Amino acid sequence: AAGLCPCWVLLASRRAALRALCGSVRGLAAGPEMHFGFQTVTEAERREKIYQVFENVAKKYDVMNDSMTLGLHRVWKDILVRKMNPCPGTLLLDVAGGTGDIAFRFIDYVRSVRQRQLQRKLKHHQNLSWQEISETYQENKFKSLGDSQVVVCDINKEMLKVGKQKAQHHGYSEGLSWVLGNAEELPFDDDKFDVYTIAFGIRNVTRTDLALQEAYRVLKPGGRFLCLEFSHVSNPLISRLYDLYSFQVIPVLGEVIAGDWKSYQYLVESIRRFPPQEELKAMIEDAGFFKVDYQNLNSGIVAIHSGFKL
Amino acid sequence: GRAYPSHTELRVRDEGSGEEEKGYYELYPEHIPTSPLQKALLAAGSAVMALYDPYRHDMVAVLGETTGCLALPNLRDKMKHHPEGYRILQERPRIRLSTLDMARLRVLPDGSLGREYVRFLEDNKVSPDTRVLPKFVDDEELAYVIQRYREVHDLMHTLLGMPTNMLGEVVVKWFEAIQTGLPMCVLGAAFGPIRLSARKLKILATELVPWAIRSGHNASCILNVYYEQRWEQPVDSLREEIGILPPP
Repeated sequence: AAGLCPCWVLLASRRAALRALCGSVRGLAAGPEMHFGFQTVTEAERREKIYQVFENVAKKYDVMNDSMTLGLHRVWKDILVRKMNPCPGTLLLDVAGGTGDIAFRFIDYVRSVRQRQLQRKLKHHQNLSWQEISETYQENKFKSLGDSQVVVCDINKEMLKVGKQKAQHHGYSEGLSWVLGNAEELPFDDDKFDVYTIAFGIRNVTRTDLALQEAYRVLKPGGRFLCLEFSHVSNPLISRLYDLYSFQVIPVLGEVIAGDWKSYQYLVESIRRFPPQEELKAMIEDAGFFKVDYQNLNSGIVAIHSGFKL
Repeated sequence: GRAYPSHTELRVRDEGSGEEEKGYYELYPEHIPTSPLQKALLAAGSAVMALYDPYRHDMVAVLGETTGCLALPNLRDKMKHHPEGYRILQERPRIRLSTLDMARLRVLPDGSLGREYVRFLEDNKVSPDTRVLPKFVDDEELAYVIQRYREVHDLMHTLLGMPTNMLGEVVVKWFEAIQTGLPMCVLGAAFGPIRLSARKLKILATELVPWAIRSGHNASCILNVYYEQRWEQPVDSLREEIGILPPP
């Protein structure tokens, strides 16, 4: 049994030396360096790592969102859909929409708008006979969604799976479809959608510029681009408290609730690495959008960017 | 010294060295350096989660790691000052299916440590490979000590003759609490019985726990036994050698 020694100190220092060597070799070989949280990796590695993060967190995604944001994420998403103010007949593309939060809110919103429309219509119809009223009920004029549709697109199969289960559980079926796709290369034709949303997803896209170009491509002229994302806090006091909470509490929550420290460490680091409000606004303008603007929520912890394709 | 840098140091270090992976370094595979605040939050969170969902063995493990800062160095010193324990610290043996020769152990005579250990694993349908690796211990030797404690846990079951149901686990925890002084064992021993029926609690209180406490005090340090070299030794003889009293 002599020499059975997995001596961890030796291994650790050997790894460190190997890593340094690999670092320089990596620079020559596999392509542009990118950030994965605070690590430096290649483009391909980043995509793979992010895929794995979301594969791991998919099942606990909603629980974690509630615990980390203390339920605030629901308010932010409500504000996004209210800002969108969709009317019945809107065709929405929700990218990186995995578990369906925006899609479900969109459906609820459109349904309630439609209800009000129908009620107004019925008031006008009070002079019709019963025969005529029952005829209009039989026709499909009273579609509860009024032809609105939402396509949820996500690159990660696990997230889509969770989304579909949620839809089934809550009874969402009409006007909803799920597509596996990459935001940098969308599987849709040009000029198709009225609204494009990406909520807490653009941070995880490897090539933001490509995603923005694709967003421009698939939107109809007159279409709206909406992006909900973590952004930068300028107020120094709030910023310090936010940092403290992010780095000290969130990975702990990840470990205790989801058994996964590293994915949530990645999450808080990726937020810090993402461009701030003005820089993102410039990138959106570069993609061709007009009237680009942003709205800070909670002092800039979250921001909604909006742009139009004209 | 402490390996953990604050998160602000993390960022500064990253901007300086483009090529380095993460600003802080891992002392051992799976190591995640944590601040005192994080350890405190982890300890509290894992304690609550372990009580809420007893199947979260990883939470029990995290609790042990984050609260063991006094008990683990104690254990390590006990090992260093004992010839067999010292050898274990040097050679760092691991109890895993890949390192155990199950076939050989199975044909050992009944009553030997190896045979009884395999019988225990098969009867209770457990495997030594399900132990979680330590993550939050900031010293790699102490990380090994806690790893060794976890891997020896099944052997404790064998030596004490306790099954892996809730009652058996609580008894082993009492024994381990006396032996190691790990707060996680103490908490487990104190709160484990909450989920037991009245009848079991009675047996626990009147027979099993007093025996476990007496054995725990009487026995020498269980981490100082090189179990891998003693598979042929009869369990009774090993019990006597360590000082574990015969089970009731």
